[in-house]
Amino acid sequence: MKQPYERPTLRKLTAGALHKFGPRAGAAPTTALDGVPVAELVARFGSPLFVLSERQLRRSYQAAVRAFGTRYPAVQLAWSYKTNYLNAVCRTFHQEGAWAEVVSGMELEKALLNGVPGPHILFNGPGKRRAELERACEVDAVIHLDNADELHLLLDVAVGRATRPRVALRVNLDAGIYPQWDRFGFNLENGEAWQALSRVVASGQLALVGLHCHIGTYVLQPKAYGTAATKLAAIALRCQRELHTAVQYLDLGGGFPSTNTLKGAYLPAADTVPPLDEYAETITNVLLGAGFPADELPLLVLEAGRALVDDAGSLIGSVLANKRLADGRRATILDFGVNLLFTSFWYDHHISPTREFSDHTEPTVLYGPLCMNIDQLRDSIALPLLAPGDTVVVHKVGAYNMSQWQQFINLRPNVVMVDEAGAVHLIRAAETLEYLQQLERVPAHLAGPRLSS
Amino acid sequence: MKLKPNIATSEAGFIFNPATGDSFAANPLAADILARAKAGLDAAAIKADILTRYDVAPGQLEKDWDDLLAQLRDFNLLDGSGKWEAGSEEQAMGKAK
Repeated sequence: MKQPYERPTLRKLTAGALHKFGPRAGAAPTTALDGVPVAELVARFGSPLFVLSERQLRRSYQAAVRAFGTRYPAVQLAWSYKTNYLNAVCRTFHQEGAWAEVVSGMELEKALLNGVPGPHILFNGPGKRRAELERACEVDAVIHLDNADELHLLLDVAVGRATRPRVALRVNLDAGIYPQWDRFGFNLENGEAWQALSRVVASGQLALVGLHCHIGTYVLQPKAYGTAATKLAAIALRCQRELHTAVQYLDLGGGFPSTNTLKGAYLPAADTVPPLDEYAETITNVLLGAGFPADELPLLVLEAGRALVDDAGSLIGSVLANKRLADGRRATILDFGVNLLFTSFWYDHHISPTREFSDHTEPTVLYGPLCMNIDQLRDSIALPLLAPGDTVVVHKVGAYNMSQWQQFINLRPNVVMVDEAGAVHLIRAAETLEYLQQLERVPAHLAGPRLSS
Repeated sequence: MKLKPNIATSEAGFIFNPATGDSFAANPLAADILARAKAGLDAAAIKADILTRYDVAPGQLEKDWDDLLAQLRDFNLLDGSGKWEAGSEEQAMGKAK
């Protein structure tokens, strides 16, 4: 019997600066996802392939509920649709009890089709159109007001309605982090937010039910949420005191990180990202001590997205080719690129082989298959000596990739979900050229063959 | 072209260039190829032996062989100008004609 082959290779030995950290020499293979062999998944559904774990979706959701719910009496998660709006994912979270947080009319309709009652839909977003506001009023979703023009448009929409549209005010504030996100909502520090609140209440046409803020994304400082909660609670108490309006909920938004490592980070995220419990501890301590009567504590709403779904997604891909670059570096071309893995612009994703290799690795540049220079997934990663046809697994890709993916150069692949019993379900079929072109129209003068001169 | 005569190699795959101080780690197959080349085997014989012992297609081996030569050249381990000349594999691997 012949020995397994691994291509001959040399690695220059270099001494780096001394430090106490170091990864293991060889990448541990990922041979199965939720108990289903990777080879079986590829044989059935092809490569590349997104794989979602229903078990992990539920675990992440329950962990978040536990983190906040054991510290505060009234907590509600609203699933951030834009993070991953595949219906199977949304419905899993809704089964667990999540409301929906949407940012467009399309997402609003998706949430309704997924069975979410209108009153459990929070309509965020900085660019709501009149028809979208009318629809939100019709289904009694809560409209999170972003700007003065939107407020006045909604006041116009509200005229003649039997019930007052329910609204929350989006507030941007200085939470002590840089950059300060000030493009969403009304600013607190310059008085704009209070002015808008006063106008909402004074109009008599809108029902103020909540206050909202969203301080950033991948925020690594729990203390920033504490600052935001302090300021939001103070406005709520002022509303009660001066406008005689009790705010029913405080929405601290999303922005909680996952354990993906940001590009340029010195240490892996697993060592630097605070656990969700730290965020929960900070936020709930502030709210419990803010001065609300014990029986009038506002509902705490969180619009978690990435923190709920990132860990549950994996992307299987295959090696198409290896090559050597002009400077001698090894490059590997995979069958997925930034068209499917949008988050590779932000993260150094953890990537595993799917079979055993020797401990020899080679620094490798990972490229996707796109004929575009930007299609680079990793500028340097130590991988075993992969050969064409070998498969890899990219971990923690559940957030944003399945909503920000593109039909650029290649079509989008199958997406499957492994349920808690280990059964595999196709939840989005691979696209076809027919699907891509079904909305195109060819003008009559271009429909025939080429005119000869 | 051939491997520089002062390049030291070990069975475990450690390669040392005393002229530059550079050291390298070869994986088992690369170490085996370099040892055989230093022992005087020509490229055809080494490749034929690999094909009998390893589960690899001839085309894949040819591609990887070229890549190994490119690495040797890139790491400045080849004797001569370092300029790659097609058909000179045997010389490159140490059997100068």
